[in-house]
Amino acid sequence: MGRRLADFFQGRPRLTVTALLAAPLGWLVIGYLGSLAVMLVASFWHLGELSGEVQQGFSLENYQTLVEEPVYRTIAGRTILVAALVTLTDAVLAFPIAFYMAKVAKPRLRSLLVVAVLLPLWSSYLVKVGAWRLMLSENGAINWALEPFGLSGPGYGTTAVWLVMSYMWLPYMIIPIYAGLERIPDSILTASEDLGARPFRTFRRVVLPLALPAVIAGSIFTFSLTMGDYITPANVSSTQFIGNVVYANFGDNLPLAAAFTTVPIVVMVVYLLVARRFGAFEHV
Amino acid sequence: MAVDVRLTGLTKRYGDFTAVDAIDLEVRQGEFFTMLGPSGSGKTTTLKMIAGFERPDAGTVELGGEDVSGLAPYARSVNTVFQDYALFPHMSVEENIEYGLTITKVPKAERVKRRAEALEMVRLEGHGNRKPSELSGGQRQRVALARAIVNRPRVLLLDEPLGALDLKLREQMQVELKQIQGEVGITFIYVTHDQDEALTMSDRIAVFNEGRIEQASSPRDLYEHPANEFVAGFVGISNAIERDGRKLTIRPEKIRIVRDGIPADGLITETGKVTEIAYVGMVTRVKVDLDKGGSVQAAVQNTESEAEPGGRVGEEVVVGWRPEHAVSIQGETSKSVQPEERET
Repeated sequence: MGRRLADFFQGRPRLTVTALLAAPLGWLVIGYLGSLAVMLVASFWHLGELSGEVQQGFSLENYQTLVEEPVYRTIAGRTILVAALVTLTDAVLAFPIAFYMAKVAKPRLRSLLVVAVLLPLWSSYLVKVGAWRLMLSENGAINWALEPFGLSGPGYGTTAVWLVMSYMWLPYMIIPIYAGLERIPDSILTASEDLGARPFRTFRRVVLPLALPAVIAGSIFTFSLTMGDYITPANVSSTQFIGNVVYANFGDNLPLAAAFTTVPIVVMVVYLLVARRFGAFEHV
Repeated sequence: MAVDVRLTGLTKRYGDFTAVDAIDLEVRQGEFFTMLGPSGSGKTTTLKMIAGFERPDAGTVELGGEDVSGLAPYARSVNTVFQDYALFPHMSVEENIEYGLTITKVPKAERVKRRAEALEMVRLEGHGNRKPSELSGGQRQRVALARAIVNRPRVLLLDEPLGALDLKLREQMQVELKQIQGEVGITFIYVTHDQDEALTMSDRIAVFNEGRIEQASSPRDLYEHPANEFVAGFVGISNAIERDGRKLTIRPEKIRIVRDGIPADGLITETGKVTEIAYVGMVTRVKVDLDKGGSVQAAVQNTESEAEPGGRVGEEVVVGWRPEHAVSIQGETSKSVQPEERET
């Protein structure tokens, strides 16, 4: 049987590739893109006024609600702002760490650092949020540590969401930048120095432009993860983010939840188009 | 002539390994100077210390009489052509070439002029807007050269710049490099492990071995009068034999196979037996075991029409050479090392 199969595929490369890709491709199209399509379609459904049941059929009612209700505009704006802040924070924190890992550390230390960066990802997300909830509480570790200096922590709120999210997604920023920097040959940095550039100039004119695609890649993670999350805001703040609204409407107004979910998608698409417009992907 | 680069007692250690062992060297202004040696002989480390990429553990580097040992690479008037070219992939050819000039704040008009001159010199006019990834290996090499020369450094360092090119292109670039050096008059310090390249291009050659300089002299002097067995073996093929307690070396092309009817006037002759014959186009290499001990390799020109100019394996022959071609060498200083194979 196996022999006959092998003979059959011998000399039929197209057929071989098709057979190999059928399963993953099927999963991608049906399971992944399919669910996205269903969500998009559902966002145009609406609730019957009297019955409160989902009415299938095209309507812009949900989108109208999102645009007209000030509370939704505020929530969307707040979510995008925090996502941008988290991305910026992570990029600033991740770059020096990634640079040290890729260009300075010896191989042994480098492996240790890679593990250290990935280690938090191995533990449960909920446990980490729980830990931060405790640390940020009235009698938590942060207030305790700051008290001797006459200071106090941010407590629960939007600042806490920014802080916790920045912590959560930092590895997703470090790893792409690390990989991007590792691809830059050392000789190029040496050449820049040889041609008269001091370290800062080399960084600005050689390292940064070459690492930009990697930073964008990392920012896709931090940005979209922040915009989609509802567990962190629910635990360390009483503020509403897009994720919380989607979660809250999951049971009784699925079409509205679906419509709100398209906001992060649109924001990401616009972000990537702008990045491409400014040449961020020219040296990938 | 003025001395451009002076190395005094220059030493570099990596742990227990001494890469460069207290070398002294003077390179004159406008010279095409080659540092030749096998890998690990210290030539590249020496180059890096001149450029400032490595700090010496002892000794000094002087450029134009000024001690620069403590200066960072960006503060030294030297530029380097790297083995892997090290072009900036996100910049066009023009931007690459202008890089050094923008940093030293050369005015725009001057920059454009010098950039155009440099492009012309390496014959890449019309390629200024391309990205390095759109160029061939030889073209990238030229850009790397232009990017360095455009800054008019006191000394240009070249770290095996032709190592990645194929043989034909390499030979062509050797001629071009030499020509460009003549035009710009900048001192070139060239690192290679290729003895042919060194002999072709250099005004002077320093032969490196185990962190030391075995001999520094003109190509002719190096080849005709090697100071020791290492130099004799690394530059060209050496025939080292011992006669009367002295070590002698005779170059293969200077050994003749003496036949009936060919006068052997003024030659020192010895008898021996042919053990190997290899036809290599221009010459036939003949290995002869001498009856007095040792063996020599003779390179017989394939000028005659006879089928076997070197004879046959197993044949008894008489070989001869002029007395002045048997060069006395010190044998015990270094172990005999064969030149490295070409890497490509």
